[in-house]
This record gives sequence, C-alpha cells and structure tokens, in this order.
Amino acid sequence: MTRRLQSKLLAIALAAACGMAQAVTLRVADVGDVQSMDPHSLNETLQLSFTGNIYEALVARGKDMKLVPALATQWKQTSPTVWRFELRKGVKFHDGTPFTVDDVVFSFKRGSAEGSDMKGYTAPIKEVRPVGDTAVDIETNAPFPILPDTLTSLYIMSRKWCEENKAERPVDRRKGVENTASFKTNGTGPYRLKERQPSTRTVIVRNFGYWDKVEGNVDEVVFTPIGNDATRVAALLSGEIDVMEPVPLQDVDRVKSAGKFTVLQGPELRTIFLGMDQKRDELLSSSVKGKNPFKDKRVRQAFYQAIDIEAIKSRVMRGAATPTALMIGPGVRGFQADMNKRLPHDVEAAKKLLADAGYAGGFEVGMNCPNDRYVNDAQICQAVAANLARIGVKVNLQAETKNTYFPKILRRDTSFYLLGWTPSTTDAHDAMYNLMATPTDKGQGQFNLGAYSNPKFDELMARVQSEIDQVKRNDAIREAFKIHLDDIGHIPLHQQALAWAMKSGVSLVQLPDNRLFFKWVSVKSK
Amino acid sequence: MSVSAGALRRFFDGDVWHSFRSTPMAIAAAAVAFALVFCALFAGWVAPHNPFDLATLELSDARLPPAWSADGSRKYLLGTDDQGRDILSALMFGARISLLVGVLSVLLSVVAGVALGLLSGFAGGKTDAFIMRVCDVMLSFPSILIALLIDGVGRAMFPNAHDTLAFAVLVFAIALPGWVQYARTVRGSTLVERNKEYVQAARVTGVSSLRIMRRHVLPNVLGPVLVLATIQVATAILTEATLSFLGVGVPPTQPSLGTLIRVGNDFLFSGEWWITIFPGLMLVLIALSVNLLGDWLRDALNPRLR
Repeated sequence: MTRRLQSKLLAIALAAACGMAQAVTLRVADVGDVQSMDPHSLNETLQLSFTGNIYEALVARGKDMKLVPALATQWKQTSPTVWRFELRKGVKFHDGTPFTVDDVVFSFKRGSAEGSDMKGYTAPIKEVRPVGDTAVDIETNAPFPILPDTLTSLYIMSRKWCEENKAERPVDRRKGVENTASFKTNGTGPYRLKERQPSTRTVIVRNFGYWDKVEGNVDEVVFTPIGNDATRVAALLSGEIDVMEPVPLQDVDRVKSAGKFTVLQGPELRTIFLGMDQKRDELLSSSVKGKNPFKDKRVRQAFYQAIDIEAIKSRVMRGAATPTALMIGPGVRGFQADMNKRLPHDVEAAKKLLADAGYAGGFEVGMNCPNDRYVNDAQICQAVAANLARIGVKVNLQAETKNTYFPKILRRDTSFYLLGWTPSTTDAHDAMYNLMATPTDKGQGQFNLGAYSNPKFDELMARVQSEIDQVKRNDAIREAFKIHLDDIGHIPLHQQALAWAMKSGVSLVQLPDNRLFFKWVSVKSK
Repeated sequence: MSVSAGALRRFFDGDVWHSFRSTPMAIAAAAVAFALVFCALFAGWVAPHNPFDLATLELSDARLPPAWSADGSRKYLLGTDDQGRDILSALMFGARISLLVGVLSVLLSVVAGVALGLLSGFAGGKTDAFIMRVCDVMLSFPSILIALLIDGVGRAMFPNAHDTLAFAVLVFAIALPGWVQYARTVRGSTLVERNKEYVQAARVTGVSSLRIMRRHVLPNVLGPVLVLATIQVATAILTEATLSFLGVGVPPTQPSLGTLIRVGNDFLFSGEWWITIFPGLMLVLIALSVNLLGDWLRDALNPRLR
C-alpha cells in the first residue's frame, strides 16, 4: 500500500518536473541587433518588430495585416479631424502600474519630442486629449482617413516609469544619446525584457499578467544577432538556434536539403531604392565642384538607365527579387500595377543623357551603402557601381555596418545611397510622406535623405493624406507617382523576398512587413 | 671593386647564404613567397583580367566555377565571384593591397616596438616604468578599437583624403596597436641579456650604450621578434579585412585579400566552394611561406647557433 502510494507520488512528481521542464525557449537569430530597446528611437522594421513584443500600440495588425484592437478597444471618427479611441480597461504595465489615459497622452508627446524617430507618425496629429478616464480624442491637423493605420507602430510607454527613470525623451540614435529606455523596458505587451546585452544577447520572457490570451507556447525568447551569414546558417544547422532571418540566398537550398528545417519565403513589402542628394549646391563627395550633377534630371535618368536590374535580380538576388518602377510594391494600398514599368536598361541612352548634361567624360561620386541590413545590400551597390562604370561614372563605394551607416545617412552626410522602405501603414501615403515629400522639421520627408522636392508632389501628398473618397484618393496617388516617376526623384530597384528558416516543429506567422511576433509562435515538443 | 659588390660577395660567402642553401625548406618557402610577391606586385601585367576596372565586369558571369568544372569557362581559370570578378586576378590584385598593408604595418610596429623595448629594458628605472605603463594602457584597448579610432581621426583630419592617404591611415591604424607586443618581448629578452657577461665586458671596455644595444643586445633578442612579426603579417591582413567590413578600410569595389576571404565566408555552405577556398589558400600560402622564412632567418641569425 505504502509502496503504491510512493510510486504514485513519484509519478506525480515526475509529471510535475516534466511540466516544469517544458518551459519553451525559442532561440532566434537575426543578421543585426535591435538598435535600442526604446520603442521611439528608430523607425526601422527589426526595431519595431522586436520592441512590438514588449510594447503595444493603440491599434495592432492581425495575421492578415488587417487592423485589430490592442490598447484601444474601439475607435471612431467623431468629426472629420477628430478620432475617439476607447482604451482597454484592466491593462497593467510590466511593473504593475495600471495603464491610463495619461500614458497615452504622454507617449504621443514623447513620440513627437526631440530625438524621436516617430515624428512621421505624430506630425499629422494636432492634439491628443483625454476624455474622462477611459478614452482619448486625437485631433489631426487636417482630415486624415488613415490615422488608425499610422498608429500601429507608435508604442505606448508608462509615464510614471519614464519619469522615474529620466527617460521622458526618446533615445536619439543620430546623436548617440542613450538613456534608461535603451536598456530597460516597461510595456504592456505579452513579453517583458529579462536581459539586454547590446550586440550580444537579448532575452525576453512571457508576461503572465498579459490582458489577452496568448496563442503560442513560447515562454522565453533568446535573441542573438549573428552578422556573418555562414555562421548564422551553421548555428541553425547545428541546432544552436531555432529560427533565423534572413536566410542568405546562397544557402536556401542547403538549408532546405538538410531536411530538418522549413524555409518560409514570401514577398516582402519592402522596396529597395537608390537616393541622390538633390539639395546641396555641391555634392559632399564628388569630383564635380561648384554644382550638383544630381540636380539635373538627365543625370538621374542616366544613372537609372545604366543599371541592369535584371542582372542584379538573376545574379545578385538569385531570382528572389521583383524589379520595380514604383517606390511601393504590390500589397501596399495605392500600388498602381499599370504604372509599374521601368525605364529600359540602355547604356547608350544613358551615356548620351550624361553627355547632354555636360558630363561626357563621366564624373566621380561617393556612394554609401549598408552591408548587413538588406538582402545582399553591399553586393547590389557593387553591381550598381560596376554598371555606372560603363557610362564613365566612377563610384567611390563605402559599404559599412548599419550601426554606423544609419546615423550617417540620417544626418544626410551622403550624396548617393541605398535604402529600403516598408510602409508600416501598408498604405502608399507612408512612402510618399516619409520618402518622397519635401523634408520639413515636423517629420515630413524624414527619410527623403536626398531632399527630392517638387511642390506639386507635396500638394498631392497632402490631398492623399486628407481625401476620404477612395477614387479621388487613388487618382491623387496616381498623379503624384507620375510626377515622381517623371522627375526620377529616386531610382527604385526591387522588392526583395523574405526568407526565414526554422526548425521543423516551430510554427510562426510571417507577416509581409517582415515582423515576427512571438505570441503567434508555437513549438511542438517531440 | 665597389662597396656594394663587396657586400654582396661577403653575403654570398657568409653564413647566412650558406645556411639558406643548405635548408631546402627555406628555399621552397622563398620560392613560393617570391612567386606570390611577384604576382602581387606585377598583377597589372600578370593577371588575365583587371577586377578593379568595374567597367569590364560582367555580372552575368557571376559565380562561374573553375575552368576544369563542367560549367566552368576557360576565360576564368579559378572561377568568378558573386560580382563576376575573375578570382585568379582578384587574388593577385587583392594580395597586392594585403601584402602592402601587412608588411608595411608590421614593419612600422616592429621598428617602433623593438626600439622602445630595447630602450625600456636597457635603461630601466623610470623610462622603463613609463614605457611599460603606456604598453599596459595600449593593451587594455582592443586593437580593432584603436585602429577604428585612428582611422576616424585620420578621416576627420583629411576629409577629402584620396586613396593614397586613406591607405597610409590604414597602415598606421593597424601598426599602432601592434608595437606593444614587440616592445614587451624585446624588453623581456633585453632584461635577461643585459646582465650577461658579454654585455658587462663590453661595458667595461668602454663601448657606448647605444652601440651595446645595437651591436650586442639587438641580435640576441631579435629571434622571438622575427617569429612574432611573421605571424603578425597574417593577422594584419585579417585586421584590414575587418576594418573593410566596418567601412573604414578599402572600398568593396577594390577587394583586398582579406575582403575576398570575408566575402568567401558567406559562401561556405552554398556549394560554391571556389569563392571560399582560393582566397583562404592564398592567405595560408603567404602566411606559411613568410613564417618558414622567418623561422629559418631566426636560426641563421642566432649567434648561439652559429
């Protein structure tokens, strides 16, 4: 009898032990590190994707990219310029402080403060007013029909926590300013930060006080940046990590053939393009003195037509890219399929254009390029440099790691650069507003680093921003795109394809904006 | 008979030449090193293509396997890399940059390190303490950090620096953190030698300190330095590759050997082995031949083995 009891107890203990051992850890590797834990410090996909597990916005996106309630339960327009957001009740920050109206007002202020990279999202907003204890009114400067779409990346922080930690101002990546919010977090999301070692290891664990049910079963996520492609693939193959992103294009077949992994490839919303400084009277780095060759449309067109995009697609990208003529790809609202026709690759025409502009012998220009941000970014730049050499343009290419690249180009210390952009609102307006509109100090054109400027485009952009009628809005988008195409404001290259790899047994949701939310990740134990 | 011819005659009659001729390993190493240096120096004439001339690159020829493989092209003996560069030519051109950076920076740090180490060990006292504390400070920073710092300062001072100046900055940036090791090694050996009888004898006969250091102590402490220096050449080449990755070295359109190796790293698993293997092999050959030569030279110059 006693023996039986003993064995029963033992069985129960064992079961309990097994249950405890089942705490699921997901080890994730990415090519680069999250730059900071401060959700307002950098408007970049990886940054927003990772901090989006810790912090939440008023509105979120579901698996189908449709808007779903997050910290706001519902929203409606009370007048053309005013939106009311009802806040979720009973939500607590990770430190136990309840989530209040105050935090929302504070976070919007923080997002628009000096040093914030979120100004693009806050600029259309005139005021955020509390309505009682459970709602806020957001008033925009002009009618702004896609306001909820733009709020999905503006994460809410705790006012009390920020004040206590002297983190009321966002971390400014451009100036290298850091504060507590870079290293510690206090959000409302399904995960909270356990350990942060910049460039080495970041660990987040489940927040069991989360207001929503979590679909996945991951208790702990260990995030490691592994910059070297081969090392990252080796880590996956040897079982050191469970999920990695991106799979280097040259290794997709290798990973697939190992049999124990799934490679998830899908179209990405990101568009890769080249930008040219069209503002300075003399380029920062060029052999042309006293004038700026990029101010001449013929030079920009010559650059455009000199680039052999098909060769880049087949050779550099191994087919995993869709060449584009537009600054947005299919999948973004406002994409115009019929306008997506590139100027032909034509070296002779390019040479002639350059000669017509007065640069028959070509010239020298410096080019900036990241080497660990986008798929084969430095290789694309090298191919572009080789293409341009054919028309006599000597490119002095500087390819560097994104930690030094982004601060540099965001200071606009560049003449010719490569950038990728995912419209986080999945709407054409986002790309128009951030990349193509004339830069202002309010946040418009914050990523228009070459300062392309056409007043007519700006006018149309403003119309797109406030037009409610979808047909008229689409017409304005078309007209604006046409202007940008005719001006050759930028040189669009392609939309890259996403490639993630994971161990068999891991199921996750690959969003086309390249975000990975751990609440949707499940690991099947064997 | 002119002086130099006399010196040459003395060299060929001397121990060093004799030891060289009787060491097959040294002859082999010297032959390989000579071939590599020759190819690197005269890459412009020897190499079948000029990979630095971007206008001649054909992206459609990218990632072709070596000529003897089924898909290979006779145009590219060792295949092409991801930009369509002929690997054989890229190796020759790249080795030129890497060898120059490696040899110059090591030379610079050897000269500085040996001089300071000798002085430190021989003078002792406050001079010794000062130099060694500077060494400690230098050692407490990772060398790549110092290199970055110098490169940053160099670029800030000469913002419009063109290739040659940028190159000088690069050499200096790699050389500066390097001298510490030589200084410490030489100091250690000098401390030992200083108290030996032959030094004391020289002192008693009234030889000046400078001459004692140069003629008597230096040859006796040079052994470990030569070994260290030959290893450092390979390290310097890789440091240059790291700096290039961080965006402060040579531009990716003019890849050095180090850059080629780093690029090759990405292709380790892809099956395109030629992009990885050949640059690595080249570095191994350089490092090995220089090392073997260094070993031999150490033995040949060691007064105790004569």
